[in-house]
Amino acid sequence: MAVEQTDAQLVSRCRAGDPEAWNEFVERFSRYVYAICGRGFRLAQHDAEDVFQEVFARAFERLSELRSDDAVRPWLAMLTRRLCIDRLRLIARDAPSDPELDEGAIDDVLGQLDEAMAVRAALDTVGDPCREILDSFFCRDESYRTIGDRLEIPAGTIASRISRCLDKVRAELDGRSRASRPS
Amino acid sequence: MREMNGFDEEQIGRLLRLLPPAPEGWVRAAQELPAARATLDELVARAEQDAAFRLQLRADLERAVAAAGYEPSPFIVSRLRRLLEEV
Repeated sequence: MAVEQTDAQLVSRCRAGDPEAWNEFVERFSRYVYAICGRGFRLAQHDAEDVFQEVFARAFERLSELRSDDAVRPWLAMLTRRLCIDRLRLIARDAPSDPELDEGAIDDVLGQLDEAMAVRAALDTVGDPCREILDSFFCRDESYRTIGDRLEIPAGTIASRISRCLDKVRAELDGRSRASRPS
Repeated sequence: MREMNGFDEEQIGRLLRLLPPAPEGWVRAAQELPAARATLDELVARAEQDAAFRLQLRADLERAVAAAGYEPSPFIVSRLRRLLEEV
């Protein structure tokens, strides 16, 4: 199993100026920010790109203002949400017929994305090859053949590997859930 | 957040699908922010000290950045435009 670095540890390294840490920070949260822009606010790709870059630019500039390193994810979610709303207002100014924001629906999506990030963290802990197999199949929508060719494993065994890997992720999530429960 | 205990494989798969990778170019650009920030700091410092350079930037920002020997990436240009309003 891979040793997973907490969000707080990663933020602390970024603050200390570790150049690799910022790369990891972007790597860790890029999907989250991207999903908030796309799934949460349904921004067009070029608008999402602007917001995405602005989120990370502000995060880089203001990381030192973060009150609790553990709270980096909700902080990023709030920052992304605010910038998406700003962008939608800008778009609405030019096209006032756009539908109004459904804040409740956006909250639901953000809740699901938080759960997805927890699953992602469990997958990171399980590590490769499961991470690569599940990421290829579920997140990159690759076929068994493509995955098999890239990882040099028979395509006919991919389905059973996916099943075994999902089981490992589920066990990891169960372990985390037990560990976080008060005794 | 909802309790993660008891999620079955189908739910785990569904949640994983919610987080596709961001386009590689976006991620790379965000990762290059520290270097871009250093470039911005140099350009702003020069603009603060050099009135002629400041005028060049205000006249044609992209050309002035390139003439100063820096890559006028969209990020540098948009950020610099904002910073120059404060100079």
